[in-house]
Amino acid sequence: MIRRALSLAVLVASSSCLPAPGSSKTADEASLAASRPPLPPLASPPWRAESPQPSDHPATNDAAVTLLLRGARLLLGNGKEIANGHLLLIKGRIAALGEGPGPASPPEGAYVLDLAGKTVTPGLIDTHSHMGVFPMPAALAHDDGNELVAATTPGVRTVDAIWPFDPALQRALEGGTTTVQILPGSANLIGGRATTIKLKPAQTARELVFPGAPHGLKMACGENPKRVHGRGRRVAPATRMGNLAVQRAAFLKARRLIDEWAQWATSENERRATWEKRAIEATRKSEKLAAKREACQSRPEPDRCLSALQGAGAAPSPEPFEPKLPPARDVDSEALAAVLEGLSLLHVHCYRSDDMSAMMGLGDEVGFKVTSFHHALEAYKIRDDLARRKISVSTWADWFGFKLEANDGIPENLALVHAAGGDAIVHTDSSEGVRRMNQEAAKGLWSGKHAGLALTEADAIRWLTENPARALGVERWVGTLEVGKDADVVVWSGNPFSVYARAELVLVDGEVRHDAASPSKPWSDYEVQP
Amino acid sequence: MKRRELLGLAGAGLLTWTTGAEAQPGPTKGAPKVRAKGGTKGAKKADTSGEDEPSGPRVALVGATLLGASERPLERAVIVLQGERIASVGTDVSAAAGATTLDLAGKVITAGFVDPLTRVGVTEIDLEDRSRDDAHSSGRAIAASFAAADGYDPSSPLVAITRREGITSVGVVPVSGLVTGQSAWADLDGDVPARALGSRSLALHVLLDDYAIGSGPVNHATALHLLRELFDDAEAYRSKRGDYEKRQVRDLGASRGDLEVVTRALDGKLPVVFHVDRASDILNVLELARSRRLRAVVASAAEGWKVAGALAAAKVPAIVYPLDEGPRDLLVRGAREDNAARLHKAGVVVAMSSGESHNARKLRQVAGNAVRAGLPHAAAIAALTRAPAHIFGLGDYGAPAAKQLANLAVWSGDPLELSTRCERLFIRGREVSLRSRQTALFEKYR
Repeated sequence: MIRRALSLAVLVASSSCLPAPGSSKTADEASLAASRPPLPPLASPPWRAESPQPSDHPATNDAAVTLLLRGARLLLGNGKEIANGHLLLIKGRIAALGEGPGPASPPEGAYVLDLAGKTVTPGLIDTHSHMGVFPMPAALAHDDGNELVAATTPGVRTVDAIWPFDPALQRALEGGTTTVQILPGSANLIGGRATTIKLKPAQTARELVFPGAPHGLKMACGENPKRVHGRGRRVAPATRMGNLAVQRAAFLKARRLIDEWAQWATSENERRATWEKRAIEATRKSEKLAAKREACQSRPEPDRCLSALQGAGAAPSPEPFEPKLPPARDVDSEALAAVLEGLSLLHVHCYRSDDMSAMMGLGDEVGFKVTSFHHALEAYKIRDDLARRKISVSTWADWFGFKLEANDGIPENLALVHAAGGDAIVHTDSSEGVRRMNQEAAKGLWSGKHAGLALTEADAIRWLTENPARALGVERWVGTLEVGKDADVVVWSGNPFSVYARAELVLVDGEVRHDAASPSKPWSDYEVQP
Repeated sequence: MKRRELLGLAGAGLLTWTTGAEAQPGPTKGAPKVRAKGGTKGAKKADTSGEDEPSGPRVALVGATLLGASERPLERAVIVLQGERIASVGTDVSAAAGATTLDLAGKVITAGFVDPLTRVGVTEIDLEDRSRDDAHSSGRAIAASFAAADGYDPSSPLVAITRREGITSVGVVPVSGLVTGQSAWADLDGDVPARALGSRSLALHVLLDDYAIGSGPVNHATALHLLRELFDDAEAYRSKRGDYEKRQVRDLGASRGDLEVVTRALDGKLPVVFHVDRASDILNVLELARSRRLRAVVASAAEGWKVAGALAAAKVPAIVYPLDEGPRDLLVRGAREDNAARLHKAGVVVAMSSGESHNARKLRQVAGNAVRAGLPHAAAIAALTRAPAHIFGLGDYGAPAAKQLANLAVWSGDPLELSTRCERLFIRGREVSLRSRQTALFEKYR
């Protein structure tokens, strides 16, 4: 419905006669202006022009199967479940769902699966992956995730590096994961632009890109940047103080770029308005002159009349408008400008609660909002603040201790964030972990329950679906089983929170990408067999 | 990025990277003898336990389902502990007479789980070198005389964090170099190392697996060559020890301390754990072990399934890491999630490791995944209990049977299932706390 509303809005906008920016004309002036070829539109700042639009997302997928799943438990991904329900997929979108067996006569050509004892969930979503930029097999030549020759590299983009033949991609899908955010690594304070992809076989990274998904930006707090750059390269930052100072400077520079664009736009609009005013005056003069000449024709002595008019001089024809060049392109600051304007979502690698607080303070100061803290092992210590600020927490079930800032991780972190009303998210940061995200959520769920927190499986599935969808800005398309959403669906052999459960059937946009009963060939060229 | 961070440190986190080991249960063939029947006898003996040396209060665990005592679960088990050991295992409640009785109906009991490949107790924070005692400081390739036991700290917070998930013992393994040193067997209790260590010299460790090779000074062929030289030297040292002291032996490359330790391996007194993944390298190890009469064990063994028959024929056990799958490395392209299942089916004794130290507690999840990939459940339980004790020749551990050390875990359900928790834990007969630094943090911030 959103898509339809948007497309109508676009139609309305394009068919109306809106005034040009920066001027308000009378109908007379408008008709005068319309008689000239219009000035080319004022350039938008590139970070706005490059941001994906919701309308980029296709409404249907003609390659999809028509499929009716019935008799299964449906975990909807939004905190609700249907004990015995049906789900109808048509043209790659969810066409219907509800209690009971569904339509008595399925649509023509539909496959019907009776799934007693099985569970159906939305495709799982990982907010934190480096598949494709640190692909299998591990190799020096495969280190494409950290541009670690500078501490801030906001201009780099994982979409430029993702190897679509990473064998891990197919394995992740076979574990029930369908959408993944591919982030740069955490060596840099500002690592670069993240890309949200859907998992499928592909020849190029751009085929994988989730249409319409907003860009992400990766930043890092704490130990990594100061270790890699300060200790490793002897350049800033060498301390947490340096971390913040360098990030602050980068955002202030980006803020300056936004101001320069705004100033340029204001100035150009004024120049255009002035120019148009002159053009209109010139046109009026010339029209008046033409009218007088016309009048001369009806005079007894038109020639004398006309020659008298010559003294008035010909109406000046306006100089052609000469646009001034906009501010110089700066891909680094532009990537940050997109964050400052909320167009690109900010994902920050941060472990300690005080590091997270410092980052929120910096955001308040320079004008960004963190979308999700990643790893966030101490989120439980500041869970109320995170919930109030609507900052989600992407974390593991049980990793801790591999460095000092990870020393206070506890298995109840997910559950405590959830209980505080925050968005808890299970992320993996691992091409092995992404194959069993359901198990990681199960550990988080049961750690919480054993600690006395009230949680259900319907709650915990949100950590893998609805919450990460929101963190990636794709919740209008994926993350829950709802009519109209993409048919990204997993059929589990049993309870997905069991260690023994497997994803038996995985669909993306209504196409079967994994069927345990007939395993597909390797997607990766690396795995071709002679 | 955690693992890559570790890789960035010289010698750091080798086990974390490389061996994720998983373990598999012992197959019927070649597996340690099931001790259930002995346990029943033990139960009878318990009536006359006054004759045996065990002393101290008797505690009876009554009514739970006992796994691992025999091929099939023992329902309504009666397990009597006395002092450090199990006095009897059976189903006759009269065995509990006079004992402090714990009613555990509805619970599941296993021997305490064992992760044989960790650095628990010898590392606190991997990125803080000064908190690590898990490798010879020199960084030399041959460090056989290095003993992890010498750095073991039973008061490490990791001890309590690990045992909370039902793990009662760990192998503590040195991780840097080609011959990294000797591992220790630590029970996750005890105030001083002497009371925690079940063995100060559990096995000699050789890192041949892909990550060790990648981060160390040698490739596979060089490593084999250096190993052959080391064993040659140790053979020369063993046969001419008197001449060695008189400096009448050709120059030997290894230090005297290293030669002493390698001699014990040549004598069959010290198992040698080869951390090795590629099938061709595993075959090389088998040949080396055959020619030098070593008690070899393969660890990690990602491509073990390809040579399972050869491993079984050589009676070489495997400590595996079941979460690995796919072409993780340019040389190790054949990791399969059903590695443990295939090795077990071929008759190889299989143990498992988490491949982690801070998160060794995920061992039972690792085993659950092996079961998902086809390993029989009973074999998975054996892989976490009997198999490691058998592999290292520790007869006091691994079976929930009479006369064994009483390392037992009481579970709320299937120990491999994620919804299950360890509810009570006994180490050497003493019930230990399941609180940890992490439970204290939870309580502070709940």
